[in-house]
Formats: sequence, structure tokens, C-alpha cells
Amino acid sequence: MARVLVGVKRVVDYAVKIRVKPDKSGVVTDGVKHSMNPFDEIAVEEAIRLKEKKFASEVVAVTCGPTQNQETLRTALAMGADRGIHVEIPAADYPKVGPLHVSKILAKLAQKEEAGLIIVGKQAIDDDCNQTAQMTASFLDWPQGTFASELKLEGDKLTVVREIDGGLETIELKMPAVVSADLRLNEPRYATLPNIMKAKKKKVDKLSPSDLGVEIATNIEVLEVSDPPVRDAGMKVENTEELISKLKEAGLV
Amino acid sequence: MWKVAEKSYRLTARSLVSLSRSSLRNKSATVSAIEYEKKETTVPKAEANGSVESKSFVMNLFRGGLVPDQVLPYPKVITQEQAEFIQAMLDPMEKFMVEVNDAAKNDEIAKVEDHTMEGLKEMGAFGLQVPIELNGLGLSNTQYARLVEIVGRHDLGVGIALGAHQSIGFKGILLEGSKEQKTKYLPSLATGENIAAFCLTEPASGSDAASIQTKAVKSSCGNYYMLNGSKIWISNGGIAEIFTVFAKTPVTQPDGTTKEKISAFIVERAFGGVSSGPPENKMGIKASNTAEVYFEDVKVPVENLLGKEGEGFKIAMHILNNGRFGMAAALSGNMKAMIEKAADHAMNRVQFGSKIHTYGAIQEKFAKMSMLQYVTESMAFIVCANMDAGYKDFQLEAAISKVFASEAAWQVTDECIQILGGMGYMKDCGAERVLRDLRIFRIFEGTNDILRLFVALTGMQYTGKFLQPVSNAMKSPLTNIPTLASFFKTYASKRIGSKLGWDLGPSMSEHIHPDVSSSAKLASKAIMQFGLAAEDIAIKYGKKFIDMQFLQNRLANSAIDIFAMVAVISRASTSLNNNEENAKLETTLCNVWCNDAAKRVQENLTSLSDKTSLQDFKAMADLSNMVIEKQGVVQNHPLGF
Repeated sequence: MARVLVGVKRVVDYAVKIRVKPDKSGVVTDGVKHSMNPFDEIAVEEAIRLKEKKFASEVVAVTCGPTQNQETLRTALAMGADRGIHVEIPAADYPKVGPLHVSKILAKLAQKEEAGLIIVGKQAIDDDCNQTAQMTASFLDWPQGTFASELKLEGDKLTVVREIDGGLETIELKMPAVVSADLRLNEPRYATLPNIMKAKKKKVDKLSPSDLGVEIATNIEVLEVSDPPVRDAGMKVENTEELISKLKEAGLV
Repeated sequence: MWKVAEKSYRLTARSLVSLSRSSLRNKSATVSAIEYEKKETTVPKAEANGSVESKSFVMNLFRGGLVPDQVLPYPKVITQEQAEFIQAMLDPMEKFMVEVNDAAKNDEIAKVEDHTMEGLKEMGAFGLQVPIELNGLGLSNTQYARLVEIVGRHDLGVGIALGAHQSIGFKGILLEGSKEQKTKYLPSLATGENIAAFCLTEPASGSDAASIQTKAVKSSCGNYYMLNGSKIWISNGGIAEIFTVFAKTPVTQPDGTTKEKISAFIVERAFGGVSSGPPENKMGIKASNTAEVYFEDVKVPVENLLGKEGEGFKIAMHILNNGRFGMAAALSGNMKAMIEKAADHAMNRVQFGSKIHTYGAIQEKFAKMSMLQYVTESMAFIVCANMDAGYKDFQLEAAISKVFASEAAWQVTDECIQILGGMGYMKDCGAERVLRDLRIFRIFEGTNDILRLFVALTGMQYTGKFLQPVSNAMKSPLTNIPTLASFFKTYASKRIGSKLGWDLGPSMSEHIHPDVSSSAKLASKAIMQFGLAAEDIAIKYGKKFIDMQFLQNRLANSAIDIFAMVAVISRASTSLNNNEENAKLETTLCNVWCNDAAKRVQENLTSLSDKTSLQDFKAMADLSNMVIEKQGVVQNHPLGF
């Protein structure tokens, strides 16, 4: 039975109206409600289900980020993960962290923990990178099943139904493997209050990136973060003639 | 020690101490609702200078004093760990209430949907304050308040189902149960496997709780009580397995005579002889089951007596006092939701070419709704903090928070519907359900009318105790010249000072932020005037005050307004001192509220002695008598037919 590693990211809550910082260096995160990346919740749920069906031996939740990421880890533990690993990155360094660093960390941890399966959300709702699963698979040289909408584990054969542009694609992977969860993989459970209480007693290891030999340096420089342009109001036209004339007026045809 | 004849009210279990030493025997039937029983009791010799025994702010208001312990600075009794724990619970609870619970559906089918009920049990929502080792979550009052805010925000019917279970249903076991009773009953109640109900009200016994007829008679073998009687309007009555039942038991007095006194029992449906009627068809909180419960020759083992024989009334009041803060918290959450609903509409609705929120008529509504919510929230978290701090004397503040919250929430939802106009009147909008649900909050767990009398009379009892030495001295003035001289000197100087506009009452300045100092001045003045008014009433009416509900009502309304003022002054000051975001807006909420409240206090206090008002009270009593006599309106039709 495999040990499953699940990545959980702390992001600005999906319901929060995002505001750009006045200096355009990023978005306002201070005093803003955060929660677990919704796709990561789906990843956690899938891992717990694998354990409940006795396909997995242990579920280990991993988070990379500042102290507050503890909350996200506790949520994963309250949902049913067995223990947590907090790779602590000081708040000042955190803006430098991207999928490259996280995937290096996950790869190292997978080896350290002798994990058989890594499940992460297909992307985070803050930066929408959609890279961590792919890069992690690459560092480990493991097969990958991204955008999973169904997962079946038999022995060391993992069948993944993938959501692709044309429909669904079914692939078979040989474990160990990396999977990224898509929206329809499952409906994550609620952390119940008694489980939140029990989660307080679950073990959380703290590591720094350097403990894993990962250097937090970036080659990416953020020049500016700005609000999406406000869309101008549209207009209704009566017929195609009017449409053509309007388009011509606007110099679009 | 002064021997004082003291009469306890049915609701206070205590009473106004008469200024005269004569006992309060043979009261007229009109006050029976607030009388309980006569007992001789000893009161510690109160000092003429008003040394205080209670740390309750409202209680001391009745002596014109400002006792800051429970209110200034704004109390917050929660550890870092408790705060983190409850914070982690807010999201899952919110998600559950939004995604699983369907308030409209619960209302429609008049029960909590089965899967929601199961979900709530798994959620741990049935044992929030039960100790962890007995399957509960072990929440403090502050933590509980924060969590039920979310329930109140989304579904008051579910809130009542949960509250009837744990806020009153099994609260007696939690507060007064023996170790054996707790271990036996709490674990299955905390998980929701068994549901609990609180059985006090009877067909002929509502506000006058002490008049219950249900009887429990000890068997000759002494092993059990035989319980007989029926209870009505019992929340969870149809679905509960465990009942906290209040019944009269014959208690042998020290002098050998027998007297019927109320005792509390833990009764299982499984004992046999317990049955319940069909669910009542109600105006609101339909999701919560309400039913009659009948007890017919139920054999209740003696070990199921809760507390001691004859202590039932005290236990009932203890339970209710301990539950009221939860209502204020739930309703402050509810008001938030209604304000948001109205704001969403006002932001988008265009009439006469502008968004409606730009019109003064609407702006005034939002400002008032926000103030009402702010006051309620401030009161709720003062009460639970004081309970967590271990204070026992919070019953007046708890009663006020229930009265204020239930009336504020009604106004807020009413105005929300008004802002939404026709849309608000439609069922789909969801506000009409809230209005129906809210109505009961002014009625149950002590009607607001009774709670007002409770505040006025309990407070006046405290004033009375303070004045006791003076009244005693009056009996033999010649031997008590120093006591009387010092009393009348302060009495006169306070009133002259008040008339001249100086000596404006106890200063709060050391506790408050300068930005709310104008409000604090108004509050100080109000406290001073309130104290004078209470003293005047005590001297002028003495024990007769028990019959004067027109005055009690107005005195209580002043106390409510003053407590509200101090609650927001304290809260805004703390926010300002902590440089909290939007503290300036809190200042506005506080100052506008206090300006308005101060005027009301003034008016209410004046009406206590003002000749026209007193005449009007008499006239209103006469009018009421005429309506009763004619069984309808008193005047003829303007058309003459």
C-alpha cells in the first residue's frame, strides 16, 4: 500500500474580492481571508478516500509557506490526513516561491517519505500556474496523470481518467506516480468540529527548504500587477447591416 | 444583621426589599406573576455610603454608581488557543450552513431535513459546550457565541432546534448535574444520538412559571418519584429522548409541615408513560419541532432528581440565565445577514435615476440597522466574556441582551424588507421567513415584558437594600441623627448639583478613548440621573413599586439604553485604542447611538415622576379596563353605525 503525499496551498479565499496593492507589486493579502486552494481540497479528499478504501497506507499533507500555512495544514488534518509537513518559508521570501521550488520540495519529500503517490490540485486559484504536478513528475522521473476526474488504483497500476479539451482520456500509469486533481474528481467533505479538535493532536513536522537542499531563489521578476482592464459597455444592433457599419466605424473590419 | 422580610418573585427568585420593615404579605393578585414565595432572610448590613456587593454594571446602575469591572475596558475572555480553535471551526460551519442546510426547505417541510440533521450531528453541533471527555467540544461561552452567530445568520429554525437541545434542554445536567448524571447522559446527548428538551411551560403556567401543576410524588419505598402532568409548547418535545422536567414536590419544612416546591428531574422517554403530541403548526421557526409532552405515572428514579428537592425554580432560572447570551449572539449574526441582503439590493436598484442607497430615506435605515447590530453584538460578547470570567451576577445584562437583541433583530429585518420593497415581501427573497422566525424571540424564554419587570424589580431590590439603614433609622430618628444627616446631605447635594448641571455623575474618562468622550459624558449623566430616579422611587413608593408596571417598564427601558450606551462606548474605545480597521466608523456608530439613547433615557426617567405621565399611566389603565369590559374598542363608529 502506498503512502500518499498531498500538496496543500494557502490562497486568498475564492469569495474574496481581490484588490491590487497601490504600489502594484502584488495583491493585498494582509487581513484578507485565506483558505485551502479548492483544487487541493479535492486532492486531499481523493487521498483520504484511497486510504478509506485501503489502497493507501497513510496520507501526508504538505504545505510550503509562512507560519499561517499551519491553518491550511490543520484543515487537511481535520479532513482526515494522518500527519502534516510544514515546509516553512519566511513571509519575506514567500513571493519568490513558485511551482519550481514547490515541485523540488515535493520531489525531495517523496523520496524522503518513500511516497508511492503524489496528488496535488491541478492549479492554485491565485497564480493559476498549473505546473507543480508536471514539474514534480519530471524531477522524480515518475509518470503523471494530470486533470484527473477519476482515479482507480489496482496493485501498482493506476488508471486515471483525464479531462482534456476533446472530452475524457483514460490512461494507465505504473506507480509511483504524480496526479493532479480536476474539479470533478470528487466533492470534498467538510471538516467536522470534532475532527478539527482531534486534528490539533496530529503530528506536524516543520522543515525549511534548506533541510531538503532546495534553494529559494528566483529568475522571475514581477514588473507589475494590475487590475484587469474594465470592459466597456456593449451595444445591441438590430441587424447585420448595422453590425457591419458599427464595426467599420470602430475600424475593426 | 437586619432581618428583612423578603419575597422572591417567580422570575427573579428574589425580591424588592421594602423600605419599611413590614413584610410584603397579602399582595394583591395582580402581582402574582412576579411573586414567588415569602421567606425570612437575612441581608448583610448595607452601608449608607453604598458599598457594593455586586460587580454587575446594571445592578449598580440602580444605585447611581458606575462599576466598571464587567464592562470597561471591553471584556474579552478567550485564550490564543481557544481563539485559533474556534477560528478553524467558523469556515466549516459556514460552509455547512450554506451548502448543506436549506432554510427555505426546512421551513416548507416544517422539520430539519434528515440529511442536514445527520450532518449537524456529525458536525458536533449538538454538544458544543459538553466537556471533551464526554464527547463534546468543550467550548467556552465566548466560543459558543461566536459559532452560533453563524447558525443564526443562516437558519433561526435550526438555531432553535440546536438551542432547545443544548442551551436549555440538557443545560441543567451540564450546570447542576451530579458526576453520575453527567457521565450517564451527556455523551449520547453531545453526539445528537439523543435529543433533549426543557419542560417548564404548562397550559395554565406561562410567564408565571412558579404556578406549574405537574406533580412528582415520592414513592413510599423512596426509590422513585411518580410524575404526572402535561407540558405545552416544548421545543424538541416530539423528538426528544431526554427531558429536563420541572414539577412540584411536597417538601417537608424545618418546622415539620409540608409545602409544595418545584424540583427538577431528568426524565427519559424510555421510562414509560411519556408521550408527546403532534408537531404544532407555528408562525415561524417551523424547522424546530414544538409539541405537547405528557407524563402519566412516570416512574422517575430518585437518582434522576436534578439538584436538591425544592431547588427546581432556582435551577430553571439558572438555566435560562445561562442561555440568553446565545440568543443575542445568534441574532447579531442574523442581523448581519439581513443588512447584507438589503445592502446588495440598495447598491443595484435604480429609481428616479439614482441608486436607492443615495437617498436619505434609505441611508437612515442602513445607519440605524448597523447601530442596532453593533449594540447587540457588543452586548452579547460582554455577557459571554463575563460568564467565562466566572462572574455569577450577569442575569440583568443577560436579560437585557435578550430583550434588546430580539427587538433589534425584528426592526432590522423589518427595515430590510422595507428597503427591498415588493421583492422583500416575496417568499423567494427569504426575508419574510426570517421575520416569522424572529417573532418568537420576543416571546419565549421569558417574554420581553416579563424580563423588563425582572430588570426593574431586581434592580430596585438592590436600591432598596442600600437604603435599608436609612429607612430603619427613620423608625427612631432621634437616636439615628448621624445616619440621617449624612444621607440627607448627599441626597440634597446630588439633586441640587444635578439641577445646576454640575456633578454630572461618575466619570468614565480613565477607561475611554477621547473620540467617544462626548458619549461617555452623556452616559455618566444618564447613570447619575438613573440613580437619583431609582432612589426617589424607593423613597416615594417603597414596596408599592411592585404593582407599578408602567413605571417599571420605563425604568427598565432606561437601564437597557444605558447598558447599550456603555457597551458601545467600551467597545469603540477598545477598537480605537487598538487602532483597529474602521475604528473611526465604530466611533460614529457609538456616538450617534449614544446621542439618541441619551434623549430616550431622559424622556423615560422624566416620565417616572412627571405629573402628566403619571396621569397618562392611570388613564391608560382605565382605557384598558374599558376595552376588557366591552371586549373590544371603546368608541362608536364615526358614521354612527
